[in-house]
Amino acid sequence: MLRDFPRKIGYDDPLEIYLSRLESLLLSDYKISRRSVSLLLLQEDKDMLSAVKEKEGQRAGEILSIIQEARAHYSQPLTYIISLRRQREASRISNAVTSVKEGHRPSLRDYFSRILMDPLIGGPILLAVLYYGLYKFVGGFGAGVLVDFLENTVFDKYINPFMINAVNSAIHFKLLQDLLVGEYGIITLGFRYAVAIILPIVATFFFAFAIVEDTGYLPRLAMLIDQLFKKIGLSGRAVIPLVLGFGCSTMATMVTRTLPTKRERIIATLLLSLAIPCSAQMGVILALLGDSPAGVIVWLGVIIFVFLIVGFLAAKIMPGELPTFYMEIPPLRLPQLSNILRKTASRLKWYFLEVLPLFIMASVFIWLGQITGIFNAVVNILKYPVSWIGLPDKAAVSFLFGFFRRDYGAAGLYDLKREGLLSGNQLVVACVTITLFLPCIAQLLMNMKERGLRMGIAMSVFILFFSFGVGYLVNIGLTLINIHL
Amino acid sequence: MLSERAEEILEALWIQIEEGKKSLDLGACRDEPACEELLKFGLIRIDKDHIHLAEKGRSLAMGCVRRHRLAERLFVDVLDIKRKMIDEVSCKFEHLLHRGLEDNVCALLGHPKVCPHGKPIPSGRCCAEKKAKKLSRIIAPLSDLEIKDKGHIGYLQAKDPGQMQKLLSIGAIPGVSIVLLQKFPSYVFQIGHSQFAIDEDLAQRIYVRLSK
Repeated sequence: MLRDFPRKIGYDDPLEIYLSRLESLLLSDYKISRRSVSLLLLQEDKDMLSAVKEKEGQRAGEILSIIQEARAHYSQPLTYIISLRRQREASRISNAVTSVKEGHRPSLRDYFSRILMDPLIGGPILLAVLYYGLYKFVGGFGAGVLVDFLENTVFDKYINPFMINAVNSAIHFKLLQDLLVGEYGIITLGFRYAVAIILPIVATFFFAFAIVEDTGYLPRLAMLIDQLFKKIGLSGRAVIPLVLGFGCSTMATMVTRTLPTKRERIIATLLLSLAIPCSAQMGVILALLGDSPAGVIVWLGVIIFVFLIVGFLAAKIMPGELPTFYMEIPPLRLPQLSNILRKTASRLKWYFLEVLPLFIMASVFIWLGQITGIFNAVVNILKYPVSWIGLPDKAAVSFLFGFFRRDYGAAGLYDLKREGLLSGNQLVVACVTITLFLPCIAQLLMNMKERGLRMGIAMSVFILFFSFGVGYLVNIGLTLINIHL
Repeated sequence: MLSERAEEILEALWIQIEEGKKSLDLGACRDEPACEELLKFGLIRIDKDHIHLAEKGRSLAMGCVRRHRLAERLFVDVLDIKRKMIDEVSCKFEHLLHRGLEDNVCALLGHPKVCPHGKPIPSGRCCAEKKAKKLSRIIAPLSDLEIKDKGHIGYLQAKDPGQMQKLLSIGAIPGVSIVLLQKFPSYVFQIGHSQFAIDEDLAQRIYVRLSK
């Protein structure tokens, strides 16, 4: 059987002639056959072109002119000609060895697939996925039950007292003690945050995300949302990093690498930093506004509005290639537990390698800030914008902490609420501002790592002013129309 | 009615302009009756060695080119004539494609924008009002198909190599069978055993030869 199929695909005469001319000029070693190299050259493979230019020296000029000549000979791009021929050969082989049963009846799976892609039914399904997956499982179980146990029981009762004792008896420098086990120490704060708060939340999120991912729901969601996303300069493809941002925006920023153009990556990073609250933060914000449905609605409305308007404006002013949407819609599948666990584990590993060091650094920064007095100075400066948006001075500390850990800032506000220092309006204004406010330091560092130093800093400055600006407007707006939440 | 030769001269002049050159070397057609004919109607101007397309001749020349390239599309997409023969056959056929008939062929082919060689086909009135007419088509861009329409991909008309690469990467290759499954909010179609979603811009680039 196999004998019927030649081991190499023959192309039409002119192309074969160009190929053999190219092959005769390639004298260096490329680890793959000269024919393959020549084919890559004709398809304008950038890496191969630069390798050949480098290795063939003088002959490069002639090689380039042959490529030019070949391209001029065909009216279509050579990639097209070559793909066409390969496709033909592939179909010939597959037709010879496979047979397809005719009369395929639509199955239950097709039916579900159609429902998930229906624009009318898709919306409610998305809400159900968000409610059960994100709110109930990640918010309730992960951020509630698991965090409670790890933080209050495992760390506060066992690990922290033990480590504090161990460090204090081994090291006698106060400064070093503070760095390791002080109020903002590497172990007591950095490590505890990463393990006791972020780990359960991202673990439950990644678990839920893997289930959704393995069913094949995400491409269908992408397909439904593409037209809306085009308006904000993104394609449906960006739905994956943005949904991931509800788990951990820092991780999601890393996943923007999967977006095809630089323009999309920048817009997605900006929106993740600004308007997508991570799961940790969302938990606390919902706790703050939990007893005020009107407050939740105003908060949600403002955040969605900001998300859309900033995306829309960014798409207007950012130069570059417009996004294209193309995506395979895989068949719907029942997810397999073993696959989900494996995926969750590998993402957690990745998370620990990339994000844990950033939390450790955050502890070091706070330590430095404390001993140099910068921390207090910044809190004093922050008191001004905080009072402009109508909040008590005490909230300034929350905003600074918010920078080191997004949800911790919100948790600081929670204490203020308990003390009865915040009115309904102030709570909403604070929640809006802190949601939009500078991403946590881990994300700031990730922004600079992924988008470059200049872009990272520019975004942060923009977000700093923008978040307080929006807070100011919401405060004024609520007062003007005489709403008291 | 212009003679075939005269139409060919107009065509050549149009192509010169399209390629960014101003005029045609008079050369071989110096004393041809076709030139006289064109001059008589004020469609061209002649100076020492060159022929120029006169303003009045522009729309006629455009029509000639349009008919030629539509004829090429017709032969390649519908009648499956070998590439090498297209030129010869379409040169003869274009002269038969006159007004009315030309627009019908254009509609039949889904108002194509480029000829099989990748050169632009000047658009006619029918292309602007294509929505109004319900002519049973043979070829149409995927974006104009109805749900459940079936066919084979006839050709791709990408605006740049990057776009072509995207289409090829999802297996949208001439010759494969395709069914449109959904049009809103994105285009969903099936090729072989796989389904893909694409946006409208890409859907306009895939020309499908419809089968009943």
